[in-house]
Parts: sequence; C-alpha cells; structure tokens
Amino acid sequence: MEKDQHTHIVKYKTYVYVLIVLLFMTFVSVAVTEIDLGPYTVTMALLLASIKSVLVLLIFMHLKFDKKFYGIMVASVFLLLACVIVITFMDYLYR
Amino acid sequence: MSEAVNQHTEVSYLEYKGRFKGLFAWIFSTDHKRIGLLYLYSMLVLFSVAALLGLAMKIELIAPGKTIMDAQTYNSFFTLHGITMIFLIVVPGLPAVFGNFFLPIMIGAKDVAFPKLNLLSWWIYIIGAFIALSAQFIGDGPPDTGWTFYAPYSFRTGTNMLPAVTGAFVLGFSSIATGINFIVTMHRMRAPGMTWMKMPLFPWALYGTSWIQVLATPIVGVTLLMIVLERTMQIGFFDPALGGDPILYQHLFWIYSHPAVYIMILPAMGVISEIIPTFARKTIFGYKAIVVSTLAIAFVGYFVWGHHMFTSGMSGTALYTFSILTFFVAIPSAIKIFNWVATLHKASIDIQTPFLWALCFLFVFMVGGLSGMVLGALSTNVHLHDTAFVVAHFHFIVFGGTGYAFFGAIHYWYPKMFGKMYDKSWANIGLAIFFTGFNILYLPMFYLGMTGMPRRYYDYVDEFHGPNIVSSLGALLMISGLIIIITNLVRSGKHGETAEADPWKGKTLEWTVASPPSLENFEEIPTVTKHPYGYE
Repeated sequence: MEKDQHTHIVKYKTYVYVLIVLLFMTFVSVAVTEIDLGPYTVTMALLLASIKSVLVLLIFMHLKFDKKFYGIMVASVFLLLACVIVITFMDYLYR
Repeated sequence: MSEAVNQHTEVSYLEYKGRFKGLFAWIFSTDHKRIGLLYLYSMLVLFSVAALLGLAMKIELIAPGKTIMDAQTYNSFFTLHGITMIFLIVVPGLPAVFGNFFLPIMIGAKDVAFPKLNLLSWWIYIIGAFIALSAQFIGDGPPDTGWTFYAPYSFRTGTNMLPAVTGAFVLGFSSIATGINFIVTMHRMRAPGMTWMKMPLFPWALYGTSWIQVLATPIVGVTLLMIVLERTMQIGFFDPALGGDPILYQHLFWIYSHPAVYIMILPAMGVISEIIPTFARKTIFGYKAIVVSTLAIAFVGYFVWGHHMFTSGMSGTALYTFSILTFFVAIPSAIKIFNWVATLHKASIDIQTPFLWALCFLFVFMVGGLSGMVLGALSTNVHLHDTAFVVAHFHFIVFGGTGYAFFGAIHYWYPKMFGKMYDKSWANIGLAIFFTGFNILYLPMFYLGMTGMPRRYYDYVDEFHGPNIVSSLGALLMISGLIIIITNLVRSGKHGETAEADPWKGKTLEWTVASPPSLENFEEIPTVTKHPYGYE
C-alpha cells in the first residue's frame, strides 16, 4: 500500500562516530558497576543500554531517515517495555 | 462487501497439484490454507491426547485417595495437560489455524506476506512439540512442575525438565514468526479500498494478537533460557541459594503469560464478532468500539500480570497497583459483550450451529469473566488463590472462551474450508451434550475452591467427595459431546453434502470466493467499497 520509497546513504564517517560512542558507552556500562547505586544499579544499566539501542536504531537501522510512522511504532514499543519495567520495580523498591 | 464476486473456474487448493505429491504436497506447501490445515490436524491429535489426560485426572478425583494413578503420575499428568493445552493448542490455536486460513482471504490477498516464513513457523511448531513431548519419554521421568515451571522447584526437581522448557522456548519462535507475518500482511496487503476501518473484526483481533505475540513472547523465551542456564551452569537468577530471586521468575513468566491469555482470547472475540452479525443478519453494533476495545485489551493486558502473584510476597504497592489495573482490563471486555448483545437486539436471527456456539461462548465467557473479578480483588484472592476456584475460572475463560470460539469457528468456516457441509443435527446434539458436560464439570469446582479444596492435589478430604463425583461425571459427559462433534466433522469431510460458496449469507470477503477456495483465493484482487458487515 505504500508507494514512495527512497534510500538514504549515511556517510562512513557518521558510522565510525556512532561506533566510537557505542564502544565508549560500553566502557561506561562496565565502569559504572564499580559504583554502588543500590536499587538504581539496574536503572543505570538500562538507561545506558537504551541510549545505545536508540543510536543503533536511528543511525544503523535508518529509523532517523524513515517515515515518522515507524518511529512512533518503535517509540510505542519502548514505552511499553519501560512501563513493564517500572511496574516490576514497584515490587522491588517497595518490598 | 466487494463489488466483484469471484466466480472460480480454477481447481481448489485441496486438489491443486504442485511440485510435490502426497504428504510432501502438504508439509512443504507454502499455501496459507494448507498450512492452516496442517496446524489444525496437528492440534486435533494433541488436543485429543491432552483432553484424555484431563479426563484421567477427573477419574482419579472421583473418589478420595488413590483411584487410578499415584500422586507423582497425577503431577506429571497435570503438567503435560497444561503444557500441551497452553503452549501447543490454545496459544497458537485460532491464529495459526483460522488466522492462516482466513486472514489473507478476508483482507483480499492471495497469501500472507512471507509464505516461506509461514511454513517455517509450522515446522518450528512441530519441532518444539516433539522436544516438549520427548520430556515424557526420555531421561528421569516426566516433568511435575505444572505448566508454569515455577522456580525454584523447576530446577530442583529430579524430573526431566530441560526438554519441556526447551520445547516451550522453541515454540516461542513459531509464535513470533506468525505474529510478524500477520502484522506485515495486514499493513501491506489489504485489498484496494480496504481501509483500516473497513477491515473485518477477525483480522483486527489478529492484529492485536500479533503485536502481543511479537512483543511478549521473547520475554518468556529469555526466561525459559535462564532456567536452562540455571539448571545446567548454576547461574543464580531465581534460586535464593545462588543469590537469585524466585519472585523475579514469576514476574518474568507472567509478563508473557498474562498477555498470552489475550493471545488466546482476542482471536476468539474476533471469531464471535464474525459469527454474530452473519446470523443476526445485521450490521455489528459499535464496530469502532470493538476495534478500540480490541487494541485496549491488547495494551492494558500487558500491565496486569501481577494478579497471578497476589500471594507471592510482592510489595503492597505492587499488589494494589495490579489489582486496580486488573479491573481496568474488564472494561473493554465488557464493551465487546454489550456490543454483541446489542447486535442481537431486534435482529432477524438465523439459528444455526455456529450461532449456538457463539451464544454458549457468551454465557461461559461471562461466568469466567465475572469470576475473574472475584480473583482480581486482593481480599478474596488471598482466600481463593491456588484453589479449585482458580481452575474453574481459568477453564471457563480459556476453554470456555477460546475453545468455544474454536469450535464455533470450525462450524462457521467448515463449508468454506472443505467445500462440504456437516450434519447439523449431530452438530447441535454434540454441542448440547458438550455444553451440559462442561458446566457440570467446572461449576462444582467454584464451590470446591470456595470451601477450600486446593488445586493440583490428587487426594482430598471426604467433605469434597460429592462435588468431585458430579464434576467427574461432567467430564465424562463433556468428552462424549466432544467425540460426537469431532466424529461428525471428520465424517462430513467425506460424506457431507457439497457446500455453497456462501451458505450462511455472510458479507465478508471469504464468502465471495469458491468453497473450497482456489490456490490464490481470488482470480482478481477485489476492490472494497463497503463496510464489512453491510446488512442494512
């Protein structure tokens, strides 16, 4: 049902920059485990992982250049999972 | 619904000769209709086995103490009954059989978006089924954990857990692949003119279901994998002795398995939404409300898993949050019920077998839904948790909901699928016996649960004897009805009268093609101009 499809070519330089950021974030993810954040340890790990996922989705998977509709669908899924995680932690934080 | 009525001259999908012959023409076919039937036949075999296991359990419970099996056998029977019924029949059931067969036809497409992936889904299903069922015959004895595989028992039991868990893990891939296939099919392959608000309600129900399959199934997949890792590599996820948390397992399991209830029930609601307007000869009341409530159930259904865990030791905050959310999910379900009933108001009803199944569905689903309200309230749940009341509620919802819709669907679409008409008298007799047996079987279990009989016990005190006798006799009656229903359907495949293209005077696209349909369904893709239920 969809008619107009176009390709978008991302520069190699952009991919390399994103790769560097991803590697840096991986390093931060490991380093942050040395800090005792108590119940927020998981929050921090999920936050860092989410930022990395968003970068991959936007740049490597071309979501940034695609129709907004797909962005909304992916964002809805993220929101859903975020709600599930928040509700789960309502048990752990208040137990 | 469509301007073009397809007068077919092509051979039907049943007679079509492709690259392969005999059995191979079926198990290597990428035709969505043949794949739907492959699922149907596989499930029929598995259902027969699982139903007989259920009957054996009810015979065991006809008297206190050991009757026909010992406690350990009883444990393995309810485990196998649950695994087979849930993972192999009820979860894939309606989407895999009727979704595969009718989704493309109902939206005016020649097949699903990815036919090879569709066939792969069936193969994964079969492989998963073999792995899960192999647990019964190899290793250290059949699993005895129940279908929920609750930790920490699931990795401490000496029984053969790994194949059962691995099988359920593999089956998840089949479910995800089917979900992706259906979502893409509905987004990309609707016939010209079929806007979202002109799409029939069964495809809409499959749309909501598919999103749950895609988003929730990976969670249980990972959870089951964690059990495997915990059992084999002693990694502490759920075992307190290893630093794990058993309640985390329950969270993860139910984050999938509660939405899975909606994987079971949403397509059932879709079937009922097709049957009722066809036999009421009337446009369905509140089409948009039913669509919105379908999506609302799919969405809110994600957030109510904790009501399975009210006695697990969760925090008070989580308890009342889940309880409130559970009451919210009842609203869209009730909207559907009211819409179906309103459709019947002042309708010119043609009472046929599928319609009777739909009416029975309304009754049993209401009983199941209202008893769910009792369980959703914290105070009553504490009393009724893990009693026979829960088993009764669950069977009224899942068997009463999905099972009745499944039989309603097969009686509704049978002439289209096979080009034959079944014997209506025997079909109605079978339904009457089945419905009577069903209620005699499960209603006493509400009473048993309220008076304190725990679930999953093979023995009980003398006070529970009377209701258990009634319940067991109900099981025998229900199985008798099932035998009549299935025999009638199987026999009619060969001896039934030839069916017309539109025996029920339906309005959706599947009734515009031949019975049985040709390989590609439509000689020419139809252009849709009208509402799917345009009776007025």
